[in-house]
Amino acid sequence: MRKLILVALIILLILPAAFAAGQKGTAEASAKTVTVFGAFVDEEARRFEEAIKPFEERTGIDVIYEGSKDFETLISVRVEGGNPPDIAGLPQPGLMVNFASQGKLVPMWSSLIATIDKNYAPVWKSLGSYDGTPYGVFHRVNAKSFVWYPKKAWATAGYQVPTTWNELTALMDKMVANGHTPWAVGIESGGATGWVGTDWIEDIMLRTAGPDVYDKWVSNEIPFNAPEVKQAFDVLGKIWLNPKYVYGGTNTILTTSFGDAQRPMFDNPPKAWMHRQGNFITGFFPENIQANLTDEVGVFPLPAINDEFGIPVLGGGDQFVVFNDRPEVRQFMEFLATWESGESWAKAGGALFPYLNQDLDAYPNEIERSLAEALVNAKVFRFDASDLMPAQVGAGSFWTGIVDWVTGKPLDTMLNEVQRSWPK
Amino acid sequence: MARANVKKSNWTIIVNLVLLVLVIIWSIPILGLFISSVRPQDNVLTTGWWTVFGEHGELTFDNYRQVLGGRGYTFVDSAGNTVRASGDNLSQAFLNSFTVTIPSVIIPILIASAAAFAFAWMIFPGRKFFFTTVVALLVVPLQIALIPILRDYQGLGLTGSYLGIWLAHTGFGLPLGIYLLYNYISTIPRDVFESAFLDGARPMIVFSRLVLPLSVPAIASLAIFQFLWVWNDLLVALVFLGGTADVAVLTQRLATMVGSRGQDWHLLTAGAFVAMVVPLAVFFGLQRYFVEGLMAGSVKG
Amino acid sequence: MMERRIEGKNLGAQALVAIGRVAVSLFVPIVAFVILWAGFVFLRDSNASQGIIALVAIIWGVGGVAMLFWVADWVVNRLPVMAAKKLQPFVFVGPALVILAWYLFLPTMRSLYLSFFDAQSKTFVGLANYVFAFTDSKMLESFVNNLLWIILGTGGAVGFGLVIALLADRSRFEKVFKSLIFMPMAISFVGAGVIWRFVYAYKPAGEDQIGLLNALVSLFGKDPQAWFTLRPWNNIFLIVILIWLQTGYAMVIISAALKGVPDSIIEAGRIDGAGEMRIIRSIIVPYIFSTLVTVSTTIIIISLKIFDIVFTMTNGNYGTEVIASMQYKQMFRFYHYGRGSAIAIVLVIAVIPVMWYNLRQFGKREGF
Repeated sequence: MRKLILVALIILLILPAAFAAGQKGTAEASAKTVTVFGAFVDEEARRFEEAIKPFEERTGIDVIYEGSKDFETLISVRVEGGNPPDIAGLPQPGLMVNFASQGKLVPMWSSLIATIDKNYAPVWKSLGSYDGTPYGVFHRVNAKSFVWYPKKAWATAGYQVPTTWNELTALMDKMVANGHTPWAVGIESGGATGWVGTDWIEDIMLRTAGPDVYDKWVSNEIPFNAPEVKQAFDVLGKIWLNPKYVYGGTNTILTTSFGDAQRPMFDNPPKAWMHRQGNFITGFFPENIQANLTDEVGVFPLPAINDEFGIPVLGGGDQFVVFNDRPEVRQFMEFLATWESGESWAKAGGALFPYLNQDLDAYPNEIERSLAEALVNAKVFRFDASDLMPAQVGAGSFWTGIVDWVTGKPLDTMLNEVQRSWPK
Repeated sequence: MARANVKKSNWTIIVNLVLLVLVIIWSIPILGLFISSVRPQDNVLTTGWWTVFGEHGELTFDNYRQVLGGRGYTFVDSAGNTVRASGDNLSQAFLNSFTVTIPSVIIPILIASAAAFAFAWMIFPGRKFFFTTVVALLVVPLQIALIPILRDYQGLGLTGSYLGIWLAHTGFGLPLGIYLLYNYISTIPRDVFESAFLDGARPMIVFSRLVLPLSVPAIASLAIFQFLWVWNDLLVALVFLGGTADVAVLTQRLATMVGSRGQDWHLLTAGAFVAMVVPLAVFFGLQRYFVEGLMAGSVKG
Repeated sequence: MMERRIEGKNLGAQALVAIGRVAVSLFVPIVAFVILWAGFVFLRDSNASQGIIALVAIIWGVGGVAMLFWVADWVVNRLPVMAAKKLQPFVFVGPALVILAWYLFLPTMRSLYLSFFDAQSKTFVGLANYVFAFTDSKMLESFVNNLLWIILGTGGAVGFGLVIALLADRSRFEKVFKSLIFMPMAISFVGAGVIWRFVYAYKPAGEDQIGLLNALVSLFGKDPQAWFTLRPWNNIFLIVILIWLQTGYAMVIISAALKGVPDSIIEAGRIDGAGEMRIIRSIIVPYIFSTLVTVSTTIIIISLKIFDIVFTMTNGNYGTEVIASMQYKQMFRFYHYGRGSAIAIVLVIAVIPVMWYNLRQFGKREGF
């Protein structure tokens, strides 16, 4: 009897408190709000919030954005733990496939699919699809196949923008002959160290083996140790592993943070003369350079290696997917599929958008405008392969493989290891 | 304080000298952090912090201004104008951190000291098994608990509530708390309890009148460790409380403030110092209890 | 209260008293509950400023727990003596056991279960994940490295902690020294990461070095080194960070124990003509031995679980991988719950020797 009382007592004390605690949460959710969880924070989050204001004003729906740098960990915990956001902005299509295959995502509905067909190139729709069903809408994207250079110093030294790979290698040798170091490279990125290298390899693969082989590589139809992949590493090795071509040699490649890597270009005189990186790198340039971007910095696409494949564009982007199906969530997704949702962010700078009907004049400077143009008009666009591969490879053995290779592990050994790590 | 009866000899000098060397080694990295926090961004990235004593002597409090007062943003508003605005200041985040931390320190200490007392001085079935389990649970990575606990919280409606995060920190902090306090409480001489128990005092009275006061040094040290752990925690708060502005704790705000890709070292350093102020204050506040061993004297035979 | 015997003359009176007792037994918990509930309602509905809400929340949360203990004790003490005596210990350990079971023990059992399943916890795979855990080359590398962490990390932190605690005990500037050694513990890991970047940073020869170590090396005319890529020393460079962080912890605990060493036995040693070193070796260290075991146990476990230092500094590259970082990657980056769970279980298995040693110490104790 008394034991019963004791038990009843404990239950009485704990449960109501717990339920009451919960009521707070549900009361908030019942208002017309949409929660969005994404990986971008700080200034970017602020620009996103500003970009979606027209939607909030028009519909009266409150969109609450939460950004975290621990996005990858948190999204899996929250989804598995039964507490997903309404909408999440996934930086990797691999994540979408993971959630979609477990039936956690709401597939896109017909009116939205019609909007997607109208506003995006087909590649974005297929990137957002799993098993033929579209699950996501792309919003901000980036383009990575670009080479940045210090414009004024180039003019003084009389260097010309190369349009073919041969011209590029000739330019590199000319630089070396002048006592200059062609490239600034850094792949350090904390727990993600190596991704800069995977981007290089992907860009080279697209140029040497072409998009079809690239797709087979991504799906492991050709193994990771195939001759085509090896060839791409050989091309990269000619640059990276030659201390004359890269500022500071391999030790600098390994230990320099990817954001700081560009800095030697802006020393006077420059200590390095070129830097291959995505459009987001402008945000890392020294402040005085950022202030006069178009005067100080030039940019050209990484040239073609094989004429057959031309100049493909490699990129990435945030894909918004739906976990909770409610009318206001649908409304917001439809908004994200339109150029209106990106316009003010494009104006603020630092972001590219894939919409076919976008107004290129919105971009604040010539550089971003040209990148957006290159992105929209690209004959061949491919998504970052490491984001498409299974995470064990794309965020694991591929990254560490690059590091091992730069530290001197034989290429064949490394490629075999990556292939072995591919989940069956 | 120091034992008065150490021979006044070369000993004292050697002792202080050795300590001085160790302390200098320990402090150099922190000095570097502090100096970096008052240098302009470009200097931080291009020159060593010690050059501040030489050719790169410029100092700025701008980093702290940005960290405390909110970082400046530029964006384009719906009317098409470019706007420069500053983010929210840290007062809300400080408040949230306190709300999360204080109960998350006191609750586990209450529960752990009671359990430690029972392990040390009471006989009950399963005592050995439970104690071994506590030691084993010390090593369990809390990451494996996040998903099942979040599921339970969803069922109970505890997600996003302070109660939920207090309990989570209590759960994750208990093994260390019980283990450390057990070690201390078990060394309290047996005769202290003997008379009390023989007189028929209720264990709750023995616990609150004897054990708790005698354990103040251990409780103080545990309090500071638990405080540091909770104060500096990022993951547990993000999972159970969320990261929106109204509930974000200090570490979350600082983590998002350091740039989308974490390269703003000048803000990171200033942020690290801002976040350190409170733990240090707690340390100095509690220091007298464990440095002077205030209560320990009364236990000594 | 319990001692009061009711000498019931007739059944009716006895029953009445019993009912009265039950009523009182119920009344107190109900009052307690109402107070807790009122606090909760206030917290939920109030529009007061966050400061006040926070304050009420703190009082409510902390007071609630204290009240639970008190009420539980009160109820148990209204039981018959024998039952009360049996239940009494559980008033003290009960809450801890319930919470531990919920937050750590059951999740561990769940991990044990999941460790026999595939990445998405759908198909039973037998011991495949354990085969991975014990044969994968990165895992084998982790085992060796973790052993190094345990030996050097624990040895370093406990050794320095003991030396500093002993020396500071004999110094006039005890507080200052201890506070400075403690400082690293107060820094968030993000901050500590930046600090050590400023120590180990590498720039090519001829550049301004921003890393302290390379600046020193350059000062002596040697080439700067990319420290994190130097095998096998890079492990030690990382372990130094752990020692720097954890020495303060060891020092604080050991120091508290030192203060408990009775002056009388030290004096006795002195009278016998023992030197300072001798007193430390044969009086003080044996006296605080159990504390040294405790501190070593916790730092061994910290070394076994070491994760952030490796993950943020080298990401396990250059032969520095450790078990907990493998666990984290499998679970949250590769979403392989089977392997992630198996590695977590491996960690628990690895701690068995430590558990066994602690149990031996524990077995010597007697209670009341």
